[in-house]
Formats: sequence, structure tokens, C-alpha cells
Amino acid sequence: MKTFYWLVKREFWEHRGGFLWAPLITGGVFLLLNLMGLVAGEMFGTQHGIHSLLSNGHFLDHALSPDEIDKAGRVMDVVMYSTTFIISIVLGFVVFFYCLGALYDDRRDRSLLFWKSLPLSDSATVLSKVVAGTLLAPLIAVVCGVVTGIAMLLMFAIALSFHGTGVWHLLAYAHPFRVIANLVGTIPLYALWALPSVGWLMLCSAWARSKPFLWAAVLPVAVGITLGWFNLLGTRLVGSGWYWSHVCGRILLSVFPGSWLGANHYESVGNDSAHALDALNLANAYGVAGSPGFWVGAAFGLALLAGAIWLRRWRDDN
Amino acid sequence: MNAVVTASGLSKRYKNTAALDNVSFQIPSGRIVGLIGPNGAGKTTALKAILGLTDFQGSLNVLGFDPRKQRGQLMEQVCFIADVAVLPRWIRVREAVDFVANVHPRFDRKKCEAFLARTKLTPDQRVRQMSKGMIVQLHLALVMAIDARLLVLDEPTLGLDILYRKQFYQSLLEDYFDENKTIIVTTHQVEEVEHILTDLMFIRDGKIVLDADMDAIGERFAEVMVNADRAAAARALGPLDERQVFGKSIFLFDGADRAALEALGELRRPSVSDLFVATMKGTYT
Repeated sequence: MKTFYWLVKREFWEHRGGFLWAPLITGGVFLLLNLMGLVAGEMFGTQHGIHSLLSNGHFLDHALSPDEIDKAGRVMDVVMYSTTFIISIVLGFVVFFYCLGALYDDRRDRSLLFWKSLPLSDSATVLSKVVAGTLLAPLIAVVCGVVTGIAMLLMFAIALSFHGTGVWHLLAYAHPFRVIANLVGTIPLYALWALPSVGWLMLCSAWARSKPFLWAAVLPVAVGITLGWFNLLGTRLVGSGWYWSHVCGRILLSVFPGSWLGANHYESVGNDSAHALDALNLANAYGVAGSPGFWVGAAFGLALLAGAIWLRRWRDDN
Repeated sequence: MNAVVTASGLSKRYKNTAALDNVSFQIPSGRIVGLIGPNGAGKTTALKAILGLTDFQGSLNVLGFDPRKQRGQLMEQVCFIADVAVLPRWIRVREAVDFVANVHPRFDRKKCEAFLARTKLTPDQRVRQMSKGMIVQLHLALVMAIDARLLVLDEPTLGLDILYRKQFYQSLLEDYFDENKTIIVTTHQVEEVEHILTDLMFIRDGKIVLDADMDAIGERFAEVMVNADRAAAARALGPLDERQVFGKSIFLFDGADRAALEALGELRRPSVSDLFVATMKGTYT
């Protein structure tokens, strides 16, 4: 257990740039852009005598009805989700390339021989990389996302208070804990959902003598095109639409958080914007785990990982 | 005699060449064995087999373990330095020490820090900022702090300047090696290791062509410097090799009668490199 902890820690050391700095910088840039927008809006408003929304905040003076409180809370929740959403896209790229390099980079620079000179099992090594990519990295991303979100809310509140609109009491209507619980609670779902992609990318990473990206991306796409071609000729092997979304998409793009969300999630919560956020609630998100495809994908991912472990043990090209 | 490594009928083929061809040998404890051979002779394959990094035919026992099946347990007792510069480039000195200290049960942190204190390495330095020589210093400090029974060195001083090379072997001898440890080393810089070796193994085309301890080699091989007028007599005794220096001929004999050789000229012990060149004649032709 202690060894495993240090293995994960090693991954963090090596990939501090992707795991920590990428979400931090994304959050920082997002904040900065918003700040710039806010400042530009203020300047523009003062110069042209236009009352911006911000300076027109007297609508908040009267006591809010429960419905308005609900709405205000939602808006603030959206702000908090939105930062995590942006960071999640970055996270998807980080995890994609992390998996692709995880078992390849140290073969290329021969540092594999150093790791192999230590009493570490290959399965523990590979699994520590899976844990780093699917649990540690998303956790850091969520923390960065929530912190950025809260910072955004504070920034808007401060801007409003310059106009004499006290909105601090409004902040109490946001649901930061619910947002955090939903986001953190989704991480295990993400880990399971991402397994086929993580497995496939790591298998390519352990197998490729060079250019793992080409193998990982070109192979499934080539299969898809071949299937499409057969379908065109009238010999229908597998529906190529099914292949693209349920095989190719799952083994390449499942590392992107939220890629399990489909139109059906939106519909199931009532198909209206007022309830759109409910699609992110845990009970709703985990609905995807009810489909057999989810579990078939996870099992397939584990099988690919077993292959990656085997290759890690026996691949002999150093 | 407790053998550290016992190999019998070891074979390994890569496509159409035999890297190891039915090799058998035994390495006892407390020895420093030089595994010497030309490029592509199978040295690295033999080491990889011992370390469980590659599959092979035949049987191999390292410290009582089968390297193919019990690699995890084996690596607690075995260390290796595969080549210079295989430490990951991103790692810092501090991180490397922390990591090894926490995953290796036989690592002595104090020892490692003492070794590092003798170098110019600083805790926050990354491998990518170090020279080749400094990387080897770090690697050696990590490895020497591990109480392993077998240390495998594959070209450990390749590309280092002479100061680092001397220091490397000196540290190994003074601070690491004892009768409970065994070192296997492959290198092309034979001159630098020959006086620290206790045993010599020559490997050529996947076969062990010489396997003896240094004393036996001193008894078996002899070099005679012969004046030109007696060269024919020396040739008649069937030397292994002949070369010319300052108008004299130097003959290398394998197992010839000492008295007969002494009559020809000055007798001396051949250097490992001369022995190597003589034994490997015609390898690349």
C-alpha cells in the first residue's frame, strides 16, 4: 500500500505540469478574461453613459421571492460549474496524452531500466498510472474548478458592490456544497467510464515501438472506415454508426469528463432549462451506470489494461 | 560454494541470430566477474536474462529465484545500473532518494545521503540539469545504499571522463563490495576493470569462450617477448597471437610449458585486453 502511494506520487511528480499547472493556469486565465471583460464593461458603460446590468442592480433591493432565490442560486451554481467545465476539457486532453505516454516515454528514454531495477511489480506500476490519471488528476481538476468558480462569484460580488448593490447575502443562495458533492461524486463514475479509453491508450503506449498516437488513433479510425466501406458495398457487418459511437468513441474519447452525458440525460430531467443543472446531480449522472454498455466498456478496459501489464512485463526493446 | 547465478543451457534467439547459444556457467558469491565480449556477442542479453527482463530457453537460477517468474522477490536482492543516463530526466535528487527509500526494503537512506554529500549534487537538482558523470554519481549513491547481494553493471562508465570512471570503480571497491556481494560487470574499457576483477568470462557469438578466475588465467596464459632471431622457435610452440613491438615479437601462449617459454625470452602475464584481442580475432570478418 505504501509502495502504491509512492508510485502514484511519482506520477504526480512527473506530470505536475499536466495534473496541477494545467488546471490552475486554465482557471487563472478564465478568471483573468472575466476580469478583463468586467473592467471593459465598466469603462464602456461610463464612457457612453450606458447603465450596465451591474449598475442597474436595484432590482435586487426588494425582498426576493422564493422563486427568484431559486433562480439566483441556480445562476451562481452555473458559474461554479462553468469553471469546472472549462477545466474538464483541459483535463480530457491531459489524461488522453498522459495515458498515451504513460508506458511509452520511459521506454523511449530508457528510464524504464531504472524503474525495473527496483522491486516494483508491473501490475502495481500500471495500476498506479491508471489511478493517477482517472482519480488523482480529476480530483485536482475539480478542486481547481470549484476554487475558480468561487473566486468568480466573489469577483462579481465585489464588482456589484462598487455600484452600491450589496449581493453578499445572495451568495448564501448558491449551493457550493451541492456543486462540490456532485463534482467529486462524479469522479468514480468518470474513472469507470474512462476505462476503455485508458485501457486502449495504455495498451498502445506499452506496445508501440514509436508513435503511439498514430497507432492509438489511426487503427480504430481505419477500422471504422473499412466498416463504412463494406456497408457502402451492401455487406453489412456492423452498423458503422454504432461502431463510431460505441467502440471508436469509447476507446478514444471517454477520457473527456461528461462525455457520458447525452440528450437523454437532459430529457430525463424535464427537458427545460430550469432543470438543466439537475442532469449533473449524482443520481442522474449515475443513471448511465445502469446500461450494460457501460459495464461492458469497463470490463473491456480492464482486459486492455491486463494486456498493457503483460506487455510492460515482457516487451523487450531496450 | 554457494552460487549466486547458475545457468544451464541458456539460449535466446532474436529472429535469425542466436544471442545466447546453449550457455552454461556458474557465478559464486563474493566475486567480481567481468563479462567481456565484442558488440553483439550476447552480453546484454545474458544480463537481461539474469535480471528477468527477457524470456529465454534453458534454466537459470539467480539467488534461488527464477527471474522469469519471481522477478519481484529477486529485485529486492539485485541491483543494476544499465548504462549511463537511464535515470528519468525529470526527477530531482530529493525525489529519487525519497522514492527509492519508500519502495525498497533494503535501502539505507543515511548511507545514500552520506554518499551524496561527497558529490556536488544538490537536493533540488534535476537529472536533466546534470552531466553524465553526475547522473552516474547519483545512480551509484542510490545503488550502493541498497544492501543487495548481486549488482549488475552494464557498461556503467560509458561516455564518462577518466576522473569519473576511476572514482566509480574506486567507490564500488572501497564502500560497497564485500564477501557477501557479487558484482557482474560488462564493459569495453577492459583496462580499467582488469585489476578489480576476480573472474573473467569472455563471450563470443552467444557462447562463453573463456570462463576462469584471474589466478587461473595467470597460470594458463603467458606472454613472451622474443628477439627476432628466436621468433621461429616461438611460432613452433603454437602461440595464440603474435604482434611486433620495437623489432621484437610478443607471443601469447595458452597453456604452454613455462620452462620452454622462459628459454625464449622475458615472460609476463598478459593483459586482459591483449587476451581479449587474441581470443576474439576474426569476430568481425
